[in-house]
Amino acid sequence: MDTFIQLTLTGLTNGAILALAALGFVLIYKASDVINFAQGEFLLIGAYLMYASIVQIGLPWTLGVLVTMVIAVLLGILIERLVLRPLIGEPIISVIMATIGLSSLLQAIVRMIWGSQPKSFPSFIPSDPVNILGATVGADRLWAIGIAAALMLFFSLFFRFSKEGIAMRAVADDQQAAMSMGISVKKVFAWAWSIAAVTAAIAGAIVANIVGVGPHLSHFGLRVFPVVILGGLDSIPGAIVGGVIIGLLEAYVGGYISGSLNQVISFVVLVLILMIRPYGLFGREIIERV
Amino acid sequence: MTEPMLQVNNIEVIYNKVILVLKGLSLEVRPGQIVALLGANGAGKTTTLKAISGLLKPEDGEVTDGSILFEGVPIHEKEADEIVRLGIFQVMEGRRVFEHLTVEENLMAGAYTRPGREFKRDLEVVYHYFPRLKERRHQKAGYLSGGEQQMLAIGRALMARPKLMLLDEPSLGLAPLLVRELFGIIERINKEQNTTILLVEQNANLALQIADYAYIMENGRIVLDGTPEVLRENADVREFYLGLTEVGQRKSYREVKHYKRRKRWLS
Repeated sequence: MDTFIQLTLTGLTNGAILALAALGFVLIYKASDVINFAQGEFLLIGAYLMYASIVQIGLPWTLGVLVTMVIAVLLGILIERLVLRPLIGEPIISVIMATIGLSSLLQAIVRMIWGSQPKSFPSFIPSDPVNILGATVGADRLWAIGIAAALMLFFSLFFRFSKEGIAMRAVADDQQAAMSMGISVKKVFAWAWSIAAVTAAIAGAIVANIVGVGPHLSHFGLRVFPVVILGGLDSIPGAIVGGVIIGLLEAYVGGYISGSLNQVISFVVLVLILMIRPYGLFGREIIERV
Repeated sequence: MTEPMLQVNNIEVIYNKVILVLKGLSLEVRPGQIVALLGANGAGKTTTLKAISGLLKPEDGEVTDGSILFEGVPIHEKEADEIVRLGIFQVMEGRRVFEHLTVEENLMAGAYTRPGREFKRDLEVVYHYFPRLKERRHQKAGYLSGGEQQMLAIGRALMARPKLMLLDEPSLGLAPLLVRELFGIIERINKEQNTTILLVEQNANLALQIADYAYIMENGRIVLDGTPEVLRENADVREFYLGLTEVGQRKSYREVKHYKRRKRWLS
C-alpha cells in the first residue's frame, strides 16, 4: 500500500510537470496549428534562467521566479517577431520546420552560456519529507503538484472569461473571422508563444528543483508528445488529464514492472491512441449541424 | 447634401499579383443610409467589402490603385484591426461564427475592441434585437441553426458598435420568411442604432426594399446606380435582377435586345 501511494504521488508530480509543459504546446497548436518542437528547450531555458538568477546572481527565489517569467515572455515575443512573422502566409510545415531549427538554436545558446555539465540546484522549494498515509515524499513534490494545479486553474479561467483568452480561442476557431472582429492575429500569436514559454519555464524550474539542471532537461519536450496525443492536441483539459495519466502510468510501470520500461510505456500508449482515437481523449470534434 | 461617410475612389484590386478583380470601382455611402451593392456571382462584391475592411491582405489581395476614405481618412493601407477600431465592421459571408465558443463568448469576441464596462449594456441591446440568442446564450455556436448563426453574426457586429456595418449576403441559405424577418431587423438597427449599412445581396428585390441607394456591379465595375425607385423602373434591372419581363413582346425580338443590352453593359 505504501508503495502504491508513493508511486501515485511521484506519478502526480511528473504528471503535473508534464501537463504544464504540454499546456504551452497545446496553446500554440490551438492558436496557429503549429507543432512546436522547441517546447522542451523552453523548459531548459526556464531551468537555466532560474539557476542563473538564484545561484549565479544570488537573487532570492521569489525574485528569481519573476525574472525567469519576464525573460520567458520576452523570448515568446521575440520568437513571434523573428521567426513567425516572416513566415506568415507560408505553409504550416515551414513553420514547424522552423521550430525544429529553433530548438537546436536554443539548445546551442544554453550550452554556450552554461556549458553541458549538469549542475546541482539549491532547492528553493522546501523538500523536507512529509508523511502521507504512510508514504514518505519530499514536500517539493507536493509543491510541484500545487503550483501546477494553480497555474492550470488560472489559465482555464483566463480562457473562459478574459478578453484576450477568448480572442485566442476565436483565432483558433476561425482566423479570418477573428480578424474581422478587430483581433490582431499577430498579437494573439505573441500571447500564445509567451504563455507557452512561461508555463514551460515554470515547469523547468520545478524539475530543476527536484533533479538539478542539465541539458538533458530538453528531453521533456519529447515526453510531451504522448501527453498531448493522448489528451488531444488542441485541448487544455486534455493536456491536464493526459499529463496525469502518463505521469501515473510511468510511475506504476516503473515501480511494479521494470524501471527501464517506464520511459517506453508512454510511447506505447501514443501508438495505441493513434490507432484507436487519433484526435485524443478531448480533441476537438468537428461540429456538424444536422 | 451631407458629406459621404465612406468614399471608394476608383480602386483596383489584384489578387496574387496577377488576377485583376476590381477595375476602377467607385461608390459612396452617406451617414445613416442603407446602401445596397448588387450583382451576379463573381462580380467582385465580396472583394469590394474586403477591400474596405482590410481583410484582403491575408488572402494575398491588394488595393493597387485608387483610394478608400472613411470620414475623410484614407484606410486602404491600414490593417484590419485598425479599421475595426475606426468604426467599420464586416459581417462576413457564410456567417463564420466561432463554432466552439458559446453564443455569449462569440459576442464577447465581437466586443473585443470595446471597453469592458459597456459590455453588459451592449449585450442587452443585442438580446433586445435577437431574443432567441438570449435563450441560447450558453450553447456552442456550432449547434445553432443557420438563421440563429446569422443573427449571432450580426449581433457580434452590433457589440462592436460600428459606425458602418458591412453585411455580406445575410440571406445566404436561409428560408424566405426568416430572410424577411432578418431584413426587418437590419432596417431597425439602421434607424434605431444609427448604424450606416453597406449591404451586399443576391436577393435584389429584398435589398431594394430596404435600401436608400443602390449600386449594381458587373465584372469588377459599377455599371448602374441610383435610388431603388429609379432602378426598379430600369428595364435592365427589371429583367436581369428582379426577374420581371415585359409582357406581350415577341420572344425573338427580346433575345436580340437582351444581347444588345448585355453588350452595352460590358463595354
